[in-house]
Amino acid sequence: MIQVKNLQKKFKDIEVLNGLNFGVSSGEVVVIIGPSGSGKSTTLRCLNRLEEPSGGHIYIEGKDIMDPKANLNKMRTNLGMVFQSFNVFPNMKVIDNVTIGLIQVKKTNKLEAIKIAEEMLIKVGMIEKRDSYPDSLSGGQMQRVAIARALAMQPKIMLFDEPTSALDPEMVDGVLNIMKKLASEGMTMVIVTHEMGFARDVADRVIFMDNGFIVEEGPPSQMFSSPQHERTKSFLEKVL
Amino acid sequence: MDELIHAFFNWPILKESMPLLIQGLWVTIKLSFFSIVFGIILGLILAVLRTLNVKLLNFFIVIYLDFMRAMPLLVLLVFVYYALPYLGITLKPYPAGILTFTMISSAYVAEIFRSGIEATPKGQMEAARSIGMNYFQAMRFIILPQALKIVIPPLTNNSINVLKDTSLASVIALPELLKQAQQIQAWKANPTPLIGATLLYLLLLIPLVKLANKLEKRMSPK
Ligand SMILES: Nc1ncnc2c1ncn2[C@@H]1O[C@H](COP(=O)(O)OP(=O)(O)OP(=O)(O)O)[C@@H](O)[C@H]1O
Ligand SMILES: [Mg+2]
Repeated sequence: MIQVKNLQKKFKDIEVLNGLNFGVSSGEVVVIIGPSGSGKSTTLRCLNRLEEPSGGHIYIEGKDIMDPKANLNKMRTNLGMVFQSFNVFPNMKVIDNVTIGLIQVKKTNKLEAIKIAEEMLIKVGMIEKRDSYPDSLSGGQMQRVAIARALAMQPKIMLFDEPTSALDPEMVDGVLNIMKKLASEGMTMVIVTHEMGFARDVADRVIFMDNGFIVEEGPPSQMFSSPQHERTKSFLEKVL
Repeated sequence: MDELIHAFFNWPILKESMPLLIQGLWVTIKLSFFSIVFGIILGLILAVLRTLNVKLLNFFIVIYLDFMRAMPLLVLLVFVYYALPYLGITLKPYPAGILTFTMISSAYVAEIFRSGIEATPKGQMEAARSIGMNYFQAMRFIILPQALKIVIPPLTNNSINVLKDTSLASVIALPELLKQAQQIQAWKANPTPLIGATLLYLLLLIPLVKLANKLEKRMSPK
């Protein structure tokens, strides 16, 4: 589903990603962990080219998205993204947040778009807030709307960048539960998170990054109980 | 005292000159309206083009903006009307006025929109792009509606300035309010028409100033 070959990213002269190689197969849930500044967000953002990689190749369903001829906007509809800061659109109602992509990008007709959007809002438990504006929502509610917005595009892959880090503690579980549900439905997901409990329960594979390198990867059972590398061990000791 | 009233508040003269003053007011309103609207359109286009960060393009945009903001309005107005004909470009007073006011206003509008666009969080553009919108869709549906809310007060102030500045068009023989008033004053050898014009300007502008204040208050965080 996703193949990353020798992915590099420099900001000016600073190497942030030093040639990453990894893959994600269909239906797999991959969790990326690592210390602050290790390049987790940058990696995720390269996958839909919100960040322009400096080198390497990224294949999504066999297509090289680094190809200059690649249709970026079409590719992005296949990759839903959820941000730490939600980024819901404050200038439109909840329902319009979810339909806008369908109507403007996929050219879905309005009735059909509303139908899909309502389905997604039901899925994330936000249908009661259908006609509210985002500024009347809590962080957890905004994040659920953001998830519905991404899901409405019917993506094949979902990318999550610390979706619960900006939430009040009592809001975290609601969002994690939605992600668990998605995982159980077979959604392919790449998740950056500090929620180690969630990683242990839901991930098929955990990738540990440090300093722009993938230090180690493996199933959560192995990563959390018997990490191979010193750096992984010391990181996990700090966070667990 | 009687002399003063005769000179400045001469009721028969005011009554007589009113129809012409109203004509002038109407010209002022039309001139302002087109200058404001075109200025906003051009300024918006410049601001959006500038966000594309194309080096060469921005080079020219910045030159234009700096030039228009440094240029005294009256100088540009006189230049467009009296100097361009020597280059074979002869404009009637109306187009010359609208062109001048539009160009200068567009520079301020462009800066206003730029600050509005920059004030919308970076994540908004990213979220819009991440669902597959192209750059202009993201601008149109996500960024500009948010920016617009921020820029309405300064945009209103700029529009008030344009309206006031249109009185300068009297120097290019455009029969707007001030020009009309001056002309009647010369006929009647009495300054009362100027008082009439002043009153009409205030009548038009005070509500707008009030509106600008209100908008500013509504926008500023409590
Ligand atoms: N736009 C940018 N310009 C310059 N440097 C950047 C930029 N974005 C990220 N970096 C740098 O790249 C490195 C990796 O950043 P990244 O955000 O990917 O880390 P992260 O693993 O997601 O960290 P965190 O857990 O704090 O979110 C950091 O050193 C950061 O300072
Ligand atoms: Mg990050």
